[in-house]
Amino acid sequence: MQRLIKTFVATATAAALLASAPMAQEPKRGGTLTMAIQQTPRHLNPAVQSGTATGQPGTQLFASLLRYDEGWDPQPYLAESWEVAEDGLSVTINLVQGATFHDGVPITSEDVAFSIETVKANHPFKSMFEPVIAVETPDENTAILKLSKPHPALLLAMSSQLLSIIPKHIYGDGQDPKSHPANSENVVGSGPFKLVEFVRDQHVILERYEGYFEKGLPYLDRIVMRIIPDASTRTIALESGELMLSGFEENPRNLVRLKKNEDLNVSDVGYAAIGPVNWLAFNTQAESEVSDPIVRKAIAHAVDREFILNALMLGTAGPALTGIHPGSPFYDASVEPYDLDLDKANKMLDDAGYAMGADGTRFGLTVDYGWPTMKPFAEYMKPQLKKIGIDVTVRSSADFPTWAKRISNWEFDMTMDNVFNWGDPVIGVHRTYSSDNIKAGVIWSNTQQYANARVDELMAEAGSTNDPEKRKALYAEFQKIIADELPLYPLWPSPYHTVSNKSVGNAPDSVWGTSSPLDKVYLK
Amino acid sequence: MGLGQILAKRVGYGLVLLIAVLILNFTLITVAPGDVADSIAGDMGGADATVMAEIRERYGLDKPFLLQLWAYVSKVAFLDLGYSYFYNTPVTTLILEKLPATLLLVFSSQILAITVGTLLGVMAARKPNGFVSMCVTFLSLFGFAAPVFWSGILLIIAFVSIFPIFPVGGMSSAIMEGGFFARAVDIAYHLFLPMVTLASIYLALYSRLTRASMLEVLGSDYVRTARAKGLAENKVFYKHALKNSLGPLVTVAGLQFSAVMSGAVVVEAVFNWPGLGTLALQSILARDTPTIMGILFFSSFVVIIVNIVTDIVLRLIDPRIRSS
Repeated sequence: MQRLIKTFVATATAAALLASAPMAQEPKRGGTLTMAIQQTPRHLNPAVQSGTATGQPGTQLFASLLRYDEGWDPQPYLAESWEVAEDGLSVTINLVQGATFHDGVPITSEDVAFSIETVKANHPFKSMFEPVIAVETPDENTAILKLSKPHPALLLAMSSQLLSIIPKHIYGDGQDPKSHPANSENVVGSGPFKLVEFVRDQHVILERYEGYFEKGLPYLDRIVMRIIPDASTRTIALESGELMLSGFEENPRNLVRLKKNEDLNVSDVGYAAIGPVNWLAFNTQAESEVSDPIVRKAIAHAVDREFILNALMLGTAGPALTGIHPGSPFYDASVEPYDLDLDKANKMLDDAGYAMGADGTRFGLTVDYGWPTMKPFAEYMKPQLKKIGIDVTVRSSADFPTWAKRISNWEFDMTMDNVFNWGDPVIGVHRTYSSDNIKAGVIWSNTQQYANARVDELMAEAGSTNDPEKRKALYAEFQKIIADELPLYPLWPSPYHTVSNKSVGNAPDSVWGTSSPLDKVYLK
Repeated sequence: MGLGQILAKRVGYGLVLLIAVLILNFTLITVAPGDVADSIAGDMGGADATVMAEIRERYGLDKPFLLQLWAYVSKVAFLDLGYSYFYNTPVTTLILEKLPATLLLVFSSQILAITVGTLLGVMAARKPNGFVSMCVTFLSLFGFAAPVFWSGILLIIAFVSIFPIFPVGGMSSAIMEGGFFARAVDIAYHLFLPMVTLASIYLALYSRLTRASMLEVLGSDYVRTARAKGLAENKVFYKHALKNSLGPLVTVAGLQFSAVMSGAVVVEAVFNWPGLGTLALQSILARDTPTIMGILFFSSFVVIIVNIVTDIVLRLIDPRIRSS
């Protein structure tokens, strides 16, 4: 009997162990992760350089105050706790104890104040810290941000690559931080990994910072970021196992191919804060017919979003009905979707007096695209809009600057475009619609030249209240007006995916994708 | 004319050419729409208007064209190639960083193309209508007709994807243990596919050339004389005929050097080879004027030097040129 019980217990324990084994695998320490980034970064300091090329190595080198999980919830990072005042005019931040820069110097509230000032003065997104009028540092571990008005984007702006905490004793030496030598060499960071080597067009090598403030982390010994611009090359390298991780993968054909590979995990979780939305933009002040909202609505009814999603995107992306990314809490899917209806589109144009000529055309328009991956979508417009009597000329540009110059100087009718939300709408959405952001020569400003006083008002209000429910309502009205006046017709969010080898544990899934600290990633 | 005189003349021509290259290219780049502020903003996911204006002011892009040209040319006159807008690094540093990779690729592929090409050409010339000759003709036609980017991709599919023998790209393994020898082997391993790809065109060219030139020389009087006096066939072939048919090969190889440099741009892009070609491509896309200008200046310089060296080598191996 005794023996039987023993056996039973042993079996039960074994069964329990077996059952739990795949669920709760203990992260292992050690190993080198090889991952890809798609571009050579200009340098590695995200405080003065935006973009994911700098962001991916930059968020390993530099810690921010907060981090975000996949559900938009702020988590403590360098800030152990934080408190937004009742009136929204000040935010108190308590730093973790014992955090140090890679040279061993303690990270203090002085560094936080310095970092915020540097970002405010040098970062391309001025709206992130514009309302911050002062940063007080009552003691080494406390920083108090004083605001001119409540600033709902602030918490997101304190995460990932938007606010890197940089050492004052290095960057405060009077040199211009934008061209500071410590941006690419001998980088003294605050994050989980420190720089070993940065070779342009080849790789960035990082290794574990032993003095990292999160105990027991990071798991990895080393991260090798190989710079591989070509998507097919990355695909082959992922298949062969030469690469273990690659973020921001969006080429539909490669994604379909990678998903079939049993050694790889292909995940679309994350990236909602990057928030890339693709749309057909209209020049609302053009000399041509496209300045008429009815024409824009007819075009929207003629474009078959389902065809784009299934035939051109091969089912890798869902629809985006508004300029706010579908993954954002402020996205409102109840707006007019402009489903495919050629008869309605034709009738709208007929009624508006755009008579169909004998040759089957009413008028001609141009459509631009700025980079090769956008070409098929621009070309699709030609046969499709022919069906409602619009003769579309597809204009290609030799390269990005050529296109940017055309669009930002309003020399266009329509263009395919891709704009990032960058976290909160205040940072990446307002710029597209705000009437005081119609600025010649600035790409991704309000290049549609769209102006509506009510829209300006809604954005101003939603940008200065911390109440999420109120903001949601304001942005709902905002999205409704935009959908009605159509300065642009949103089509789909870029299907950013994280592709990882099955040997990689805790592959990044935050709203910032791989532009977030990889301290919890491990190798099985 | 003596060697010194010829050299002086060549260097003079070279200088004029360099200045022309500078002015022409600067004009072309400035005339192209868009500027580095656009590309920096594009890279950053957009930028505030004040930031854009600041970038344009900082790099003098708001100044009239002639002023910009003058500022640039006068700097280059003192061998200052300027500062890269995009990389925030002196252009000379950038170029010197990338130059070894490109030179390694260009020279190794040329050496491969010349040795193998000559060998195949000689083999084909021994039996002009034989099987080997036909194979060489076929191979060279194929190599000459196939664009490098295509043959490069084919090689990647074959030897990286289907039979994973070679690495997918790059110049060396990022993490390397071991000393100089291990590193050299590692680089050679990465070099193999790009080198073969770039060599394929020139291999075709050189084998055809050697074959034709050998056949011509083999029909000449002194070869008949050599055979008549009973010299062994191998000696006739390699000592007399081959040596004399090398002239055209050297001329063409020298003249082709600029073409090899531009071929390298494509091969570098396909194989992610971190050389001048990759840098050139990136800086053109980024409208990074100082870097593009620096690369063009440098490559023109290298091509001119190689042409002068070719002249001298030709005089050394062919006494007829020396005396004329």
